[in-house]
Amino acid sequence: MVKNSCTLAIKELKHWMMPEKAKTSLTTFPSSAEIMSEPLGAVLIISAWNYPFLLSMDPLVAAIAAGNAMVLKPSELAPASSSLLAKLLPKYLDCCSIKVVEGAVSETCALLEQKWDKIFYTGHCRIQIFYTLAPLQEAVGIWEYVGLGGNGRVGRIVMAAAAKYLTPVVLELGGKSPVVVDSDIDIQVATRRIIVGKWGCNNGQACISPDYIITTKDCAEKLVDSLKKELEAFYGKNPLESKDLSRIVNSDHYARLTNLLDEDKVSGKIVYGGERNEANLRIAPTILLGVPQNSLIMKEEIFGPLLPILTVSKIEDSFDIINSGTKPLAAYLFTNNKKLKQQFLMSVSAGGVVINDTALHLAVHSLPFGGVGESGMGSYHGKFSFDAFTHKKAVVYRSFVGDASVRYPPYTRGKLRLMRALITGNVWTILRALLGLS
Amino acid sequence: MIEFVQDNEERIFQALDQDVGKHPVEAYRDEVGVVAKSAKLSLSCVEKWMAPRKGDLPLVFFPASAQVMPEPFGVVLIMGSWNFPISLSLDPLIAAISAGNAVVLKPSELSPTCSSFLAENIPKYLDSKSIKVIEGGIDVCEQLLQQKWDKIFFTGSQRVGRIVMTAAAQHLTPVTLELGGKSPAIMDSSSNPTNMKVIAKRIVGAKWGSCSGQACIAIDYLLVEERFASDLIDLLAKTIKQFYGQNPIESKSLCKIVNKNNFKRLLDLLKDPLVEASVVYGGSVDEEKMYIEPTILLNPPLDSQIMTEEIFGPLLPIITLDDIYESIDFISSRPKPLAIYAFTRDEKFKKQILSRTSSGSVTFNDTLLQFLCDSLPFGGVGQSGFGRYHGKYSFDTFSHEKAILQRGFFPELEPRYPPWNSFKLHFIKLAYAFNYIGLILLLLGLKK
Repeated sequence: MVKNSCTLAIKELKHWMMPEKAKTSLTTFPSSAEIMSEPLGAVLIISAWNYPFLLSMDPLVAAIAAGNAMVLKPSELAPASSSLLAKLLPKYLDCCSIKVVEGAVSETCALLEQKWDKIFYTGHCRIQIFYTLAPLQEAVGIWEYVGLGGNGRVGRIVMAAAAKYLTPVVLELGGKSPVVVDSDIDIQVATRRIIVGKWGCNNGQACISPDYIITTKDCAEKLVDSLKKELEAFYGKNPLESKDLSRIVNSDHYARLTNLLDEDKVSGKIVYGGERNEANLRIAPTILLGVPQNSLIMKEEIFGPLLPILTVSKIEDSFDIINSGTKPLAAYLFTNNKKLKQQFLMSVSAGGVVINDTALHLAVHSLPFGGVGESGMGSYHGKFSFDAFTHKKAVVYRSFVGDASVRYPPYTRGKLRLMRALITGNVWTILRALLGLS
Repeated sequence: MIEFVQDNEERIFQALDQDVGKHPVEAYRDEVGVVAKSAKLSLSCVEKWMAPRKGDLPLVFFPASAQVMPEPFGVVLIMGSWNFPISLSLDPLIAAISAGNAVVLKPSELSPTCSSFLAENIPKYLDSKSIKVIEGGIDVCEQLLQQKWDKIFFTGSQRVGRIVMTAAAQHLTPVTLELGGKSPAIMDSSSNPTNMKVIAKRIVGAKWGSCSGQACIAIDYLLVEERFASDLIDLLAKTIKQFYGQNPIESKSLCKIVNKNNFKRLLDLLKDPLVEASVVYGGSVDEEKMYIEPTILLNPPLDSQIMTEEIFGPLLPIITLDDIYESIDFISSRPKPLAIYAFTRDEKFKKQILSRTSSGSVTFNDTLLQFLCDSLPFGGVGQSGFGRYHGKYSFDTFSHEKAILQRGFFPELEPRYPPWNSFKLHFIKLAYAFNYIGLILLLLGLKK
């Protein structure tokens, strides 16, 4: 993905950088106008641990293409990747304008206290760093954020820190990306695509992983059976041993996820999987059926290999369930029903939507990738990346010919008439006004 | 909205006269006309703007379709400003409505007549379930900012902009901040005497002709070479008299200062003895009517408040340089302004200004017009704000662009799925490189 971003930027940059001509109307005749892209200046990129290479390099490529200087702060929760980036990038890139700063909360605090021209943040907030957030919050002076629940806590802190300097931000966060599974579909294909989007993407630790499924009561059993069959085909009878599954990133996340499974209302709902290996930080692909909506696993972004399935009487009821939560980063629907598809597109708001597949939109450069509401703000990929790191400056060229005295004081009612006409930009209205006919 | 401004034009003129002493011509040009124009443009274009846009897809995704579909954010908050209390409230309102949002509009309490006019009359024209006007001061603002909005659009000062963004951060609400800054004008030597007269008119028009300098894109200060300064000052003085008569404070074409606080703030800028000594024209005030005469200063100290803060009033400092090219460093060493105006015919100078300074916009050989171009994004950069609007940018500012990828169930590409092996890795590498021939050969077993 990083290679592709680079190739695309190299190929398209000349084209992206070119000023875009803008139309001018009679109101400002004679004039010409254009929109010129320019770098924002010095930008801060804070990346996440789950795709430590991609989520550092992709924004980096964008920032460079747009002509900025930058500091990259890789996640300390992926220490090997972080130090590799810190070691290798200076060997390939100009270290006067591109720096890698490693570190954890205190380094992040120090960086957020500086004045940036843009901050690009990818990440999530997990409960285990709650107690370490206090110094960060203190540094940016927002004590009232301590104790706020839910996703995006660090996103809030980044934005509040940016507010001190009126720095624009892109926040690539997350949310609970739902998958709605209709009946009358190729269930095997759907299942495989759900599995690869969930467990095939860092074992569910991805911002656009399917978080939970909603399907009808009638389809649920068939779906569970299909999932079991395909999971075994992909990962074998003993998934804890499978080399094709990522492990859980660290013991804090492992504890968080097992906590979700061990909650009373949920522990009896496991229909597949549930095996764990604490020493190796592994949790097997786990499916749960019929968890209550007020359980922890349904309240926060799972970000792991647990897949709850909710059932509804009619499939359209799934939209209300999705809309009762915060807007997710991605929403998925498997259906052959055109009407249902249209309804889904019109009534479910999400960063991005994929019909009959999962996660793929990430790789489409002509689509903006970003969230809405709690799942984030701003977007990137393809040209959207270049745009995220540039300022679009409006330029107007005028000459001294044709200076309209109507613009200037002293003001009269006659000027008012002509002014009215000029603002419409309509040639007949202007002529009439000039001739005193309106 | 179109009916609203047409039916109430006289009442709007009266309210603007009451709040800021605006003449109907200025009121039409900067307020009523702007609103009518935006509404007409939105009406004629909104269907086009709303339509999903197709995206290109590489063959490797076949069969699939990609599109970007705009959708409303939801419930948005618009905070208007007092200097253009009608257009800076209603223009964003039109944008938010055309993008399908519900809106709360909070007009500025510093323009109370316009604020209550809007509160009283908007419900007569617009659906009051989805569009509400809420009046009030700081306490009301604070309460509004504590709520969860899907978008906040703020026009105002940098200080309040910070407060708005900090509050928005609590709910991860995206914001557009239309702020301000010290917008400089540069004048070089490349203009002949006829053009100089036009330049002087455009400078006077851009400083005092728009709410008496109380505008985010008004010229804040002027940069000119030392040798042209005194001729320029004479020409400006002459133009001011031409526009506003011998006694500008009596002129009906000049706006007053909005309130006592701002009046005092502006007088305080002149209190510094070195600044006071630099006044070369004007300077008289009418405290009762809250008028300040168009005032020109020559080389006040660069570290004085008048040269470090946005003036937002009828005082124009002129700073002289030995060489006009020094203006580029002068501007780029200071916070990025909302607008830069450059009067020059030197193409090389124009290119340098464009590439070595950054601002919301640059206008060559004129002033303020960028505001009227619907095809140009209007907004700041750095301390002058972020986000933009006008024309389609208005619609976009209040929409979320949802990415949509649609696929069928057939065909299936086995190499997408675990268990992983080197064949599948090879496949994925070829797929990423869009090496279709390589992919076919691999699938046919002809490539290792």
